[in-house]
Amino acid sequence: MADTLATPKAHGHVEHHDVDYLHDGSLLSWLTTVDHKKLGVMYLWSVLFMFFLGGVFALLVRLELFAPGKQFMDAETYNKVFTLHGAIMVFLFIIPSIPAALGNFVLPIMLGAKDVAFPRLNLASFWIYVVGALIAVTAMVTGGVDTGWTFYTPYSTTTDGSVALMTFAAFVLGFSSILTGVNFIATVHKLRAPGMGWFRMPLFIWGMYSTAIIQVLATPVLAITLLLLIMERTFGVGVFDPKLGGDPVLFQHFFWFYSHPAVYIMILPGMAIISEVVPTMSQKTFFGYKATAFSSVAIAIVSFVVWGHHMFTSGQSQLAGAIFSFLTFLVGIPSAIKVFNWITTMYKGSISLQAPMLYALMFLILFGIGGLTGLFLGAMSVDIHLHDTYFVVAHFHYVMMGSTAIAFLAGLHYWWPKMFGRMYNESAARVSAVLVFIGFNTTFLPQFLLGSRGMPRRYYNYLPEFQFLHQVSTVGSWILALGFVIMAGYLFASLRKKMDAPANPWHGRSLEWQIPSPPITHNFHEVPVITTEPYDYYRPFEPSVKGHH
Amino acid sequence: MNFLREWMMPIQASEHAAKVDNLYLFIFLLTLAFFVLICYLTVLFAWKYKRKKEGVLTINFQHNLALELVWSIVPLILVIGIFFWSFNDYAAASVAPNDALEIHVTGKKWNWTFEYPDGTRSIRSLHVPVNKPVRLIMTSEDVLHAFFIPSLRIKQDVVPGRYVDLNFTAIIPGKHQVFCAEYCGRDHSGMMGDLFVDSPAKYAEWLEKGDEELYKMKPADLGKMVWEMKGCNSCHTLDGSKGEGPSFKGIFGKTEKFRDGSTAVVDENYIRESILNPQAKVVAGYEPVMPTFQGLLREIEIKGVIAFIKELK
Repeated sequence: MADTLATPKAHGHVEHHDVDYLHDGSLLSWLTTVDHKKLGVMYLWSVLFMFFLGGVFALLVRLELFAPGKQFMDAETYNKVFTLHGAIMVFLFIIPSIPAALGNFVLPIMLGAKDVAFPRLNLASFWIYVVGALIAVTAMVTGGVDTGWTFYTPYSTTTDGSVALMTFAAFVLGFSSILTGVNFIATVHKLRAPGMGWFRMPLFIWGMYSTAIIQVLATPVLAITLLLLIMERTFGVGVFDPKLGGDPVLFQHFFWFYSHPAVYIMILPGMAIISEVVPTMSQKTFFGYKATAFSSVAIAIVSFVVWGHHMFTSGQSQLAGAIFSFLTFLVGIPSAIKVFNWITTMYKGSISLQAPMLYALMFLILFGIGGLTGLFLGAMSVDIHLHDTYFVVAHFHYVMMGSTAIAFLAGLHYWWPKMFGRMYNESAARVSAVLVFIGFNTTFLPQFLLGSRGMPRRYYNYLPEFQFLHQVSTVGSWILALGFVIMAGYLFASLRKKMDAPANPWHGRSLEWQIPSPPITHNFHEVPVITTEPYDYYRPFEPSVKGHH
Repeated sequence: MNFLREWMMPIQASEHAAKVDNLYLFIFLLTLAFFVLICYLTVLFAWKYKRKKEGVLTINFQHNLALELVWSIVPLILVIGIFFWSFNDYAAASVAPNDALEIHVTGKKWNWTFEYPDGTRSIRSLHVPVNKPVRLIMTSEDVLHAFFIPSLRIKQDVVPGRYVDLNFTAIIPGKHQVFCAEYCGRDHSGMMGDLFVDSPAKYAEWLEKGDEELYKMKPADLGKMVWEMKGCNSCHTLDGSKGEGPSFKGIFGKTEKFRDGSTAVVDENYIRESILNPQAKVVAGYEPVMPTFQGLLREIEIKGVIAFIKELK
C-alpha cells in the first residue's frame, strides 16, 4: 500500500479507493511508508514512549525530594536523572509532539492535500529522529549526563560522562525538526486546495506555519553551538572555557538564541490546537481570526530577540538586559490577545464539554497561570530574586506541560477517532482529565511559593523549612501519574475495539472531518474545493469534499 | 498586604528587598485579577453556553474593535509600566557608593571564600557591618556559580575568568542564608553559606579575632594556609632546597648557626621570635631580608605555623 503514491496504476487505483490507511498493517509498510498519516502515527507512539520515559524520571526526582538528604539515590545519580528528565522531555517529547505527530497527520488533510510536499523527506525526518533518540539512549547508558538540559559551559566541557554523545543526539534531533519545518512551509505554500486562500486556512495551520519558520531559522544555531561544544570538549578548541581563552557567557547567548525561540516551537503548536478545538467544540465562529493568525507570526518573529531574559544575572550588559526585558513584555501581548480571543469565541456558543474541550478549558486556565507568572520574571528587579529558583521551574512547567502538553492531549483526544477510527471511553477520559488537572496543580502550584521563598532549583538536598511544600508537590506528581495511567488504559482499550468512530464526532467543519475515520490512503477521492471560511458555524454546513457520501 | 508578603517572601534585610517586594506584590495582585477574570469568563461561558441541543447554529461574532483595542492596549500600558518600575529598582541596586566596603568572593566547587580589605579570609561565612554599603567583587575558579542571598533579593552569576560585582546594604543584623543558585555539579545543593550582619563593634571584633573556621582547623593545616597566604612560601621551601630563607624541612629541633657566630636550637620560642622580630637571629649564609609579621598574624596563626614546621620532618 505504501508504494501506491509512487505507482499510479489505473486499474489498481479503483481498488484502493475505499481502503483506509491502516489497512496494510505489515511492519515493512509502516517502517518504509511515505504516507504522512502513518508517519504521524509512528511519531505519536515514539513521542508517547518518550513522554512515559521522561515522566518516570520526573517521578524519581519528585520521590527523591520527598525529604531533605538521601532517600534512595545519591547526588550524582540525582543530577543525571533530572538532566535526563529535561533533555528527554524537551528534545524527544515536546518539540516533536504536536508538529511531528499530530501536525503530520492533520496538516495535509486540513489543506486538502494528498500528502506533505516532500513525503520522502518526511520519512527521512522520522528516521533521523529515531537515530537521534538511539544516540541519546546510548549516552544515557554509557555514563549518563549530569549537566542539566542546558549544557552550560564550562561545567559541560569539564564534567565526566557522555556529554559529547548527548549533545550530538540533540544535534541530530535538530535536523529532524528542521526537515519537518521545511516540509510544512512548502506544503502550506504549495498544496492548499483550490479556494483555500491564506485566510481560509484553519488556525491550526497558521500555528504550524509559524512554528515551522522558527524551526528552520533557529535550530541551525543550536546545531552550530552544540558542534562547538563538542569540539571544545573533544579537541580542546577554546570557545567557551575561559581556561582555553573562551567565554562561558557566549555559550549562554548562543544557547538561548535557539532555546528561547524553541519555547515558542513548543507553545505555538499548543495554541494552534486550542484554536481548533475551541471553535469546533463551541460550534462558534472564531473571534478575531486574523488577530490570532498574525499573533502567531508576531510571536514567531519577536521570539528571536528576547533570549537575553534568561540571562539577567549572567553578567551580560545592563543595557542589553533592559532591552531584553522590554521586548519580553511586548511578546506577552500577542499571547494575551489570543487568550481573550479563545474565551470570546466561547461566548454564546453551543459548548460540548467532552474530553477535547475539557483539556482546552484546562489549557486556558493553566496557560493563564503560566503566562501571567512570566510577568514576574520579565521584571528585572524581581527576576534577580526569582531566577534559578523553583518559581522558574513552576513557571515553565505551567507553560511546557500545563499548556503545551495539555494542548497536545486536547489534540490527541480530538483527533484520536480520526487517526484510529475508534472512540475512547468518554467517562474514563473525564475522570482522567480531572485527575491530571488536580495532580498538575498540586505538583506545581507549591513550587511558586518554594521559589519566592528562595529555594534554588536543581538542588539534591534542601533546608528543612522547604520540606512541607516539597512533599505536597511530590504527592501531586502521584495524582498526575494516576491520571496518565487511566488515560493509557482507555486509549489502549479503544484500540482493541472494532472501528466505531463516525467521520465527524465533534461536528467540525475543517476538511479532516469531511472524510471517513480513519481516512483512506489518499485522503480524498477528488480534490476538495473550498468555498467557505473555516469556522462558519453560524450558517448551515456546505461540504467541500465530494464523493464520500 | 503584609501577611501576603510574609507568606511568600523571606525577611526583608535591605531597603532594596522592600522595593522588590512592593513590585512583586503589585504584579501578584494585578495578575491575580487577570487570572480571576480569565477563570470567571471561562467557567461562566462553559457553564452558561453548555450545549443543550445538537445541530444548532450560533451567532456570527467575529469582531468588536472596541473590545479588541481595550484588551490589547490596557495590557500593553500595564506591562510597560512594570518594565519602567522594575528597571528603575534594578538600576539603582547595581550602582555601589564610593565608600562601599569591598570584599572579594571566590566560588570554587563547592565552597565560597571571602577576602576582606585587611587580608582576613573566611570560608562559607561572610561578615559585614550593618547599614554599611558593601560591594562584592566575585569570580570563580572553576565553573559557573551564582551568589544568592534571598533575604536581600540579590543574585549574581559568578563567572570564571572575569570579575562581576554585587552591591547591597544590609539593615537587619543577624544570620542570613547564602545559596549557590547556578548548577555546579555534585554538591551544588551543599554550596551554601551564611551572611552575618554584625554591629560595627562586633564586626571589628570578628576581624580582630579571625574567622571561626580558623579555630576549627588542625593547627598544622592552618599553619600551611598561612605559609601559602602570607607569602612565606616565596622564600621558605618545604623540600629542603635553599631559597631566600632556610627551608622549613627538618628544621625543627636542629641547631642553627647565626651570622654573629652564636647558635641556638630551633624550638617554639625561636620560631615565634623569627616571625615577629626576624632580624634578631639571622641564619649564617642568608641576608637579613625578612620583614616582621608583628601585628599581621593572629596568635592562633603563629601557633599554626609552629605546628606546621614541627610536622615537616
